[in-house]
Amino acid sequence: MYKFKAINTFALRQCVDQFFKSIKQLTIIFYVTLLPLTSFANEALPVAEDPVLEKRLVELSENLRCLVCQNESLAGSRADFAIDLRREIREQMKANKSNEEIIDFLVARYGDFVLYNPPFKATTVLLWFGPLILFIGATTALIVYLRRRRTQIDDIPLSESQRLKAEALIEKINKE
Amino acid sequence: MIRFLLPLAVFVVLVVFLGIGLTLNPRQVPSPLIDKPAPVFQLHHLHDPDKTMMSKDNLGKVWMLNVWASWCVACRDEHPLLVQLAKTGIVPIYGLNYKDERDTALQWLKQYGDPYTVSIVDSDGKVGIDYGVYGVPETYIIDKQGIIRHKHIGPVTVKSLEDKILPLIRELQG
Repeated sequence: MYKFKAINTFALRQCVDQFFKSIKQLTIIFYVTLLPLTSFANEALPVAEDPVLEKRLVELSENLRCLVCQNESLAGSRADFAIDLRREIREQMKANKSNEEIIDFLVARYGDFVLYNPPFKATTVLLWFGPLILFIGATTALIVYLRRRRTQIDDIPLSESQRLKAEALIEKINKE
Repeated sequence: MIRFLLPLAVFVVLVVFLGIGLTLNPRQVPSPLIDKPAPVFQLHHLHDPDKTMMSKDNLGKVWMLNVWASWCVACRDEHPLLVQLAKTGIVPIYGLNYKDERDTALQWLKQYGDPYTVSIVDSDGKVGIDYGVYGVPETYIIDKQGIIRHKHIGPVTVKSLEDKILPLIRELQG
């Protein structure tokens, strides 16, 4: 009985969260559509505290994977995990850390998997050169095959009757 | 003959690769923290917020760090197992209460049992980030030198306990 209740409250909590997220989105849409109208009266307020920093944050986190929703970037995901990591990155940027330092920080904790661009390493050699190796292999196979086919074609001489048939055909065409 | 066998062989190789790919769990991201020192923390106790615990307090013993939260449904699956494990006294389990509220967390422990030697509070998830937590529950095995030796992602199961966690703990304690 108790267990059932607990599961229900969890689902409820998720629903409420989702509801508030939707409300937030609607509010943003509302402001975005209405801001141009009000701009006659007031200057538009900046969206974030520091637009330069936010832009840098988005640029950096677009190349980082959200580990919870693995097909989303840290920039685009609304998972709590991504929100936390964006906050962490924002704090580090405010503390004047370089992009490389922040990426090192994340890789040390979550591994190369957070990077959408895998680094060049012994374990990723196949990943980087695999397609090239496949391409070279396939091209070589194609060339070998075509050469062999050409020699095969050359090697088959026409029999006497075939030659006569062919000559007759050519003659016929020439007459027409 | 080879004309027919070659495509078949290529197809079989492809099926094997795809089969391996499909049965892998994409959620099991290998942690770079294995065999590295456990990140340092100093956190307040859940039951007694005046007390703090530091990661170095546990140097000299093998211990388990279990990341949990009252909002985490999967934590409820593994919880009875942790309670059983705590009763055996094989290994001390420390609970990292991750991004939770104190009252609900305490209520949750009262309801489902408390296997933790100490529960510590990571309310903003900062220590969680240091430990590379991305999906609660997660369980770490830390050795006497304070090195992380194993990370289990998702609920602990009887199988994972018997196959990996318990043998590793015995080995580290020995």
